[in-house]
Amino acid sequence: MAEPTSSLTQHVRPLPAGAHVVAAAFLDGEPALALADGAVLLGEAGAQKRIGAHPKGAILIARADGKRLVTGGDDGRVVSVGADGSLQEVADEKGRWIDALAMRAGAVAWAAGRRASARDEAGAVKSFEAPTTVRGLCFLPKGYRLALAHYNGVSLWFPNAGAAPSLLEWKGSHLDATASPDGRFLVSAMQENALHGWRLSDARNMRMTGYPGKTRSLSWSHDGHWLATSGADACVVWPFKDKDGPMGKAPRECGVRPSRVTQVAFHPRALVVAIGYADGLALLCRLGDGAEILVRAPGEGAISALGWDASGARLAFGLETGAAGLLTLPG
Amino acid sequence: MTDAAPEKIPVTVLTGYLGAGKTTLLNRILSEPHGRKYAVIVNEFGEIGIDNELVVGADEEVFEMNNGCICCTVRGDLIRIIEGLMKRKGKFDAIIVETTGLADPAPVAQTFFVDEDVRASARLDAVVTIADAKWLAARLRDAPEAKNQIAFADVIVLNKTDLVSAAELREVEARIRAINPYATLHRAQNCDVAIADVLERRAFDLDRILDIEPEFLTVDDHDHHDHDHHGHHHRDHGLKHYHDEDMQSIAARLEGDVDPDKFMPWINRLTQEQGPNILRCKGIVAFKNDPKRFVFQGVHMMLDGEPQREWKAGEKRESKVVFIGRDLDEDEIREGFLACAA
Repeated sequence: MAEPTSSLTQHVRPLPAGAHVVAAAFLDGEPALALADGAVLLGEAGAQKRIGAHPKGAILIARADGKRLVTGGDDGRVVSVGADGSLQEVADEKGRWIDALAMRAGAVAWAAGRRASARDEAGAVKSFEAPTTVRGLCFLPKGYRLALAHYNGVSLWFPNAGAAPSLLEWKGSHLDATASPDGRFLVSAMQENALHGWRLSDARNMRMTGYPGKTRSLSWSHDGHWLATSGADACVVWPFKDKDGPMGKAPRECGVRPSRVTQVAFHPRALVVAIGYADGLALLCRLGDGAEILVRAPGEGAISALGWDASGARLAFGLETGAAGLLTLPG
Repeated sequence: MTDAAPEKIPVTVLTGYLGAGKTTLLNRILSEPHGRKYAVIVNEFGEIGIDNELVVGADEEVFEMNNGCICCTVRGDLIRIIEGLMKRKGKFDAIIVETTGLADPAPVAQTFFVDEDVRASARLDAVVTIADAKWLAARLRDAPEAKNQIAFADVIVLNKTDLVSAAELREVEARIRAINPYATLHRAQNCDVAIADVLERRAFDLDRILDIEPEFLTVDDHDHHDHDHHGHHHRDHGLKHYHDEDMQSIAARLEGDVDPDKFMPWINRLTQEQGPNILRCKGIVAFKNDPKRFVFQGVHMMLDGEPQREWKAGEKRESKVVFIGRDLDEDEIREGFLACAA
């Protein structure tokens, strides 16, 4: 329960954000923050550019692929922001909230209410009407295929196929979906403080329960063997290396503290996970031995965003209250 | 809610059968110069005549929770929308949820009991039901939804009173009172009720459960500051007494102390077994050897309770419980409660 003794806080520079930070990412190596006041903030302190991606709205969700940041707003628009600050409108759903979003290799998917839409690299848009509101979206690693989390299950949809999506059924409201990097497993976060998983080869169900709160942040390790999750007073990390995934296995717990974990982000090259808490503290934890290093001392509200750059040398974080920072790892 | 902190955003739920005047009231609330900003969650986009950037379209998606409780339903879309609105904290002072005419208010209310994130940021202020003075009596006969909305209400706005005679008005008020004698009732024409009478009621605050006498027996408390709505605040003493065939309110009183070891299992069992039929419940209980009043309230199977203020010197230690619901066995509930005496 002790707070981490070693610290990287002297390597953190503040990033003045001024509004709830929805997502933190890097575009061409420079930090990018998506803010709830509708702006995207590019660059480091002193050289920040404020891009009005949603001038009349709030950014509800954002995803990045290292080159572009895509934002979904309560103005019904999906906007893509480049590292140079250039804006491109991907979609306009006429005021319907965009709060589910996924992107991969130039393709973008979003949902407005029950309708999920996918736009491929060439700009062709396909849509599908789910049985209820689509709460979570993710691309599956293989093929041009999406998972749509909704009430009573997750639909697997090939936007370019005429066939109806296949349904992975499980009672309850599914809020987010994520696929393991090897494409063997699909995991959803549920309203009932639990994760649900499917092995895609045989649709076998896995239940991952015991969370005191909802899991709203999920992150795979670079090797795809581990899934870090928020929602408990520790970062709960599930093992997915074996053919049965986490079935019958206990998860690891990293960064046990008397505060709820709100955000998790695995390092892109090492088995180290960045963990943000409801009290504003952020730390790095090494999966192998549980060693912890402090990134941010508690205060000013919950950590709401964490993002690594592609090399894992820098970590950007943001808070609900508009504070944000940039960690540059020494050496 | 129990953990209501002052910074939590109050949420008012507007219900009412089709055509009763919900949209009229909503437009009035939004257009009045009260200096407050409201985020409005509506089901039919476009009916709001006021330009408001914080009008959100909802889908009224009622979800069952996987917690073994059959009547535990929540509004999934409301959880999602409140989560999104909280990113705009500071841009609005309160939230108003307009439900469709056929909606059951319970899933909306239960959302505030069940969802931890909603509970942390928002509090249910009151369920306000708009009723049409001319047509309510007929709807109470043929539309169970209309009856639910009356039974569930903390505040009832009896609208379009200009379209009925004085005798018809007394009749419909008596019908309402037969179902729900506890709600505050306001007569209105064209929804001309004072805003302060429908918003910021704190009807779900345990701290505010001071007394649970039927509303038409209490004296007007004059806690509103509006001067031009006199005549709408009515507590008629000459009411006809009606008995509604399937929806009742049951009140039981126990003088002296209650044994918590008997009461807690009783109230838990009652709400578990009869939860689907119990729409609302409330109570103030004097536990033996406890200087504080215990207060509770519930919606179907959800219960929320906590010790409140201390009993005052000279205040009679007595316990009162109230249930509003369908097909409730009055004798069984009363006897069960009286058996909890210390």
